Amino acid sequence: MKQLIVHRDGQPVAVAARIVSWLLVALLTAALFSFAFSRLQYGWEWDAIWQYRQKFLKGWLMTVIISAAALVGSLVIGLLTALARRSSLLPLRYSALLYVETIRGTPLLVQILILFYVVANAFGVENRYVVGIITLSLFAGAYLAEMIRSGIDSIRDSQLESARAIGLTRSQTYRYVIFPQVVRQLIPPLTGQFASIIKDSSLLSIIAVSEFTLNAQEVNAFTYSTLESYLPLAVGYLLLTLPISLISRTLERRFYFAT
Amino acid sequence: MQLEFCGLSKQFGEHQALSDVTLTIPEFQALAIIGPSGGGKTTLLRLIAGLEIPEKGHLSINSRRLEVHEEALLAHRRTVGTVFQAYNLFPHLTALENVVLPLVKVHGLSAREALDTAGALFERFQLAGHAQRRPAELSGGQQQRVAIVRAIAIKPRFLLFDEPTSALDPEMTAEVLDFIMELRGEGRDLIIVTHNMGFAREVSDQCLFIADGEVQESGHSSELFRSPHTPSLVNFLAKVLRY
Repeated sequence: MKQLIVHRDGQPVAVAARIVSWLLVALLTAALFSFAFSRLQYGWEWDAIWQYRQKFLKGWLMTVIISAAALVGSLVIGLLTALARRSSLLPLRYSALLYVETIRGTPLLVQILILFYVVANAFGVENRYVVGIITLSLFAGAYLAEMIRSGIDSIRDSQLESARAIGLTRSQTYRYVIFPQVVRQLIPPLTGQFASIIKDSSLLSIIAVSEFTLNAQEVNAFTYSTLESYLPLAVGYLLLTLPISLISRTLERRFYFAT
Repeated sequence: MQLEFCGLSKQFGEHQALSDVTLTIPEFQALAIIGPSGGGKTTLLRLIAGLEIPEKGHLSINSRRLEVHEEALLAHRRTVGTVFQAYNLFPHLTALENVVLPLVKVHGLSAREALDTAGALFERFQLAGHAQRRPAELSGGQQQRVAIVRAIAIKPRFLLFDEPTSALDPEMTAEVLDFIMELRGEGRDLIIVTHNMGFAREVSDQCLFIADGEVQESGHSSELFRSPHTPSLVNFLAKVLRY
């Protein structure tokens, strides 16, 4: 029992203690959920769902594709916006500010509806997948812009002075001094953001983008097996988000250096 | 080297950091700039370094007037080695990479040449053992020595030091000041802003005393310290040399 208590951070933990602790957690969680489900008195019908496994898989893959595209899009938008926020041209700086505050101040659901039914319609964009990716990119881009901006702001003035003194140009200073340090700081929030994009992409179901959540909803409509449709949904999202946070921790260690 | 200021003025918001400095400093190898904090020493050094643009007036180095548009200042900064109080080094790069970066990116050396140049300097100044360490793993004195190595690696026309030891404890201060004395011994031209009067006196041949944004007194260092003329310098020296 004593081995399961950590007295200070960084203290080495025995493998056995880890395994026992994890088993304990799994046991408690299993107990909680078995109790909850046993009270439900639910007639499970997994057979009905199994027929639609292809639909789940297709939806899941679509979610992966949309999220990956939106991640790239949001990185580009976030970086450009962060630079625009520091631009010496005031109108550019204010447009970036307006964009960031509007996006961060409104629900994603509302943005999806307005962008799809109003903006995309006006510009004649009919592909709902393209609209979905653009909307998600704009949404996550606003948050990324703020992270990148605060990362840039966290670089001490003395370093910018040193960069000037050794004769680096402004773009060289960004390239060799600021970005390498910002990237290191950004890895944890960035992976968190990627996990958010994956989960947020489920909202695209309201404009009938045939991704994981919409497909699960459809299966539910065909089979009336609500829990059997939605439990795989939870597992499917965890399959994506858990590895991401593991990768994030590994990368964080690799980029770590004291300042 | 030789310096000339002509009506040089610099303002930060309401604060007049330097007002109308006009002076010719005769040929020198090492110039010390002394004076109370906030008096304008650092501002003058930063103008010489090409890090600030004066509101009025201009300065000439070796009879060549320093143009004050950004392009000319960038070119100027690339020929001068400047070392600040602290945090000169980039924390994400090793000591060696810190020295190599400007050689490759600013001065166009190949990676090979830059590593050879930097490596030789690290050897020569007993820093070889620290080459692969990041700044956070070095003592304050070692960090400053690496910063000085970075400044001399580019073969600058002259070196500028802005209170290079004021963030260090006495032992490290000595380590850095020894290094600067050694560079002076090699015949390098340098200008140093310092609070360390003993060092200012020993290292420099010319000295400037700046207070309230004006050069109050200047002249040959040994004379200036032995028999200060102006009451403000007499007061200042009495104060800083009391303990």
